[in-house]
Amino acid sequence: MIELEVNGEHRRVDADAAMPLLWVIREHLALMGTKFGCGIAQCGACTVHLDGAAIRSCVTPLSAAAGRSVTTIEGLASDAAPHPLQQAWIDEQVPQCGYCQSGQIMSAAALLAANPQPDDAAIDAAMRGNICRCGTYARIRRAIGRVAEAAKENRDV
Amino acid sequence: MSDQTASPRLGKWTRRGLITAGVVAGGALLVGVAIRPGHRAPKIRSLVAADDEALLNVWVKIAPDNRVIAIVPHAEMGQGVHSTLAQMLADELDADWSRVDVQEAPAHEEYANFTLGKGFLLGDVDVPRFLVGTLDGALLKLTQALDLQITGGSFSVRATGVHGMRIAGAAAREMLASAAAASWDVPVAELVLRDSRIAHPASGREATYADFAAAAAAIAPSSKPRLKTPDEFRLMGTSQPRLDVPGKVDGTAKFGIDAQVDGMKVATVRRAPVFGAAVATLDDSRVRAMPGVRGVVNLDDAVAVVADGYWQASNALAALDVQWTASPRDSARQDEIFAQFTRDLDRAAAEGADVDLAIGDDEAALAGAAQRIEAEYRVPYLAHAAMEPLNCTAWLHDGKCEIWTGSQNPLGLRAAVAGALALEAENVVVHNAYLGGAFGRRASVDYAVQAARIAASEGLAGVPVKLIWSREEDIAQDQYRPAVVSRFVGALDASGHPVAWINHYVDKHEPAEAPHIPYAIDNQRIDHVASPTHVPFGVWRSVDHSQHAFFTESFVDELALAAGKDPYRFRRDLLAGKARHLAVLDAAAKAAGWGTPLAQGRGRGIALHESFGTIVAQVVDVAVAAGKVAVERVVCAADPGFAVNPDGFTAQMEGGIVYGLTAALYGEIAIEEGRVRQSNFHDYRMLRFDEMPKVETIIVNGGGPLGGAGEPGTPPAAPALANALYAATGVRVRELPVAKVDWRTA
Repeated sequence: MIELEVNGEHRRVDADAAMPLLWVIREHLALMGTKFGCGIAQCGACTVHLDGAAIRSCVTPLSAAAGRSVTTIEGLASDAAPHPLQQAWIDEQVPQCGYCQSGQIMSAAALLAANPQPDDAAIDAAMRGNICRCGTYARIRRAIGRVAEAAKENRDV
Repeated sequence: MSDQTASPRLGKWTRRGLITAGVVAGGALLVGVAIRPGHRAPKIRSLVAADDEALLNVWVKIAPDNRVIAIVPHAEMGQGVHSTLAQMLADELDADWSRVDVQEAPAHEEYANFTLGKGFLLGDVDVPRFLVGTLDGALLKLTQALDLQITGGSFSVRATGVHGMRIAGAAAREMLASAAAASWDVPVAELVLRDSRIAHPASGREATYADFAAAAAAIAPSSKPRLKTPDEFRLMGTSQPRLDVPGKVDGTAKFGIDAQVDGMKVATVRRAPVFGAAVATLDDSRVRAMPGVRGVVNLDDAVAVVADGYWQASNALAALDVQWTASPRDSARQDEIFAQFTRDLDRAAAEGADVDLAIGDDEAALAGAAQRIEAEYRVPYLAHAAMEPLNCTAWLHDGKCEIWTGSQNPLGLRAAVAGALALEAENVVVHNAYLGGAFGRRASVDYAVQAARIAASEGLAGVPVKLIWSREEDIAQDQYRPAVVSRFVGALDASGHPVAWINHYVDKHEPAEAPHIPYAIDNQRIDHVASPTHVPFGVWRSVDHSQHAFFTESFVDELALAAGKDPYRFRRDLLAGKARHLAVLDAAAKAAGWGTPLAQGRGRGIALHESFGTIVAQVVDVAVAAGKVAVERVVCAADPGFAVNPDGFTAQMEGGIVYGLTAALYGEIAIEEGRVRQSNFHDYRMLRFDEMPKVETIIVNGGGPLGGAGEPGTPPAAPALANALYAATGVRVRELPVAKVDWRTA
């Protein structure tokens, strides 16, 4: 039995400690927003936060999350409102098929949490691990920019 | 005579109605429109298995709470089709857009055939003239290839939208208006319909559509409801937010892989790595004892492991001792496949090829030409690599098989599963979810048949099984965009005007016109020869257009340069009388600043290609530095006739360009020892975030029949890039991907 926190809730999981966190999240915790894409940390569809940092859950064993805090796309919004990035994704009409977008948003959210006003190079570095086969990259950049800009305005006020 | 009069005859349905209506459970009004080819037309007959089959149906439901529900026979795979189709219907219906929902039609004949609602059928009616246009060749051939109720060929909006959704909306609107007019005893012309409400301003009366649902159903629908003219559009032509987007940002959107059925187990599979081989020996003794393993299934050409979860199944599959049958294919290599293509082209040159197009006298033109230009191009096999690995959940119970998956072809999938399990098709129920990308791959049904056979295997009776392919399986067991070799001979007269265009290539699929050029060259010969290999073929975003646009638009550039002319002006001069082609070419060139100087190491290339009814020109700016190719900017001008949702259309152009550039820059599936060498995203590379060029899309609403959106953005990307690379470096790319060239020395 391994204990961890998932989206603010304490969970006990009866699974092999070597099982990738991705499959614990999807098959044991039934949180289906985190996606399987490649299994070798090449596409980013499985991105979640581990103690706030973006990680590829498909290559992270459950043991690495023991006693730590995991956030998935389902836990990103506050109860009252969507995460600013989720709203920006809607405003920019980012998703097409949508399959990679949970991972994209989780990568972007970790970036902005650490660096609220990233420059283009910082955005590139944070996002180049997430593949979108539908080609929504330009809209993703605009959506991140929208949130960064709003943060700047809030700070300036 | 029948050939000459085929079109007018299509306008009559003698035994079935066109528009039907009725009241369903709860008092909702249901209006359906069937699009059915006239079964007398010889070229249509083969598509119609039975007299009462239709190509597709569209239904609109007005619920008692006044919500409007559009039931559409197409899968949502990111192209925004659910929203765009609903937009077309809602506009004609004057519905309240904020209260419009979309449901995907179940994979059931009701929605592809014209058998639902027997009591609602009309007698003989004329098919409106505008419906006759559905019967165009390219569309029908794709339909034939992919079975009914398909999503592909960029035809959802073009066919279902134009000939189904709009008519359904307009018919429902007319019936509601007639019912209100009769009830209030006022002229229809005095009614105002808007936002799902009917008002009679003169008397101050007002009601919801739902109030008249039952009365409307009793009114015989018009066979020719009046459609809005563009100046009356409220929703069409506007960028409405897509209905599927909110669920795709919070993790709630359900894809096939997210299916959850009580008691479900998870399987993963490995098919014989050499296409066509089978299981020779299988030793599962060690694997059956591994933790969580529930079964090992021999599928003849594949093996599957069923376990409690994907990770256990995957570990066990890796440990499975399986030997495959041997055959001469085991030594097949990519260079030998290309050598076979060139041998077959040589033979066809001597013995004759299948002619696509022959106009003028190409040999005489060649003999009298001032300059002769030859080139040979090739493209590799390509995988689709949709982000969602193929998957399908199957559950056999109570004599039925329930399927959860994402398919472009749910009816074909249902038929294939029924065939594999020896069930009647009506006992296979398909729940189609969102598709996590498809690009043609999910028009095939191989993965669903595997899932059904696993679920039906001994020892798993009644256990729901979710089959998930690994990414490695997805790359190695695709149905590939074909590898192709294409040869050209062109001739210029003394003034640099092209007088002959000769093109020989291997392997023809669809659409037939893919290798055609829009340019006025008097003498043309285009032909092909079959050169089969053991590598399975599948439709890949834009099908044959993706490779032929690279060939033809690269060679046009080579002719222009041989003529000493600017590639844009050279194309322009050959497009006299083609106003729509000229308009997009000019729009792209102008927005891109064609002719303005670029810095050292940079180049600009142009390409023009029409596919699926949409004409697209793209201008690519590329930079080559330190051996690296960087696409900096793509300007895209596109004429789809009319863009129903301009932002959605723009998104499809952006996506099509990325798909085309990814293939052009990196895409290569190579055969080695009979099998695919590549395995995952590390060696089947994708364009990534930091490589994304600036993309600007200009929509030209040129009028005429609606063109597609999902596919036409892809074909021009590769030739525009190759032409830009030539401009930057003087190196002509005649083989894709671009990554094969060592650009350090270029």
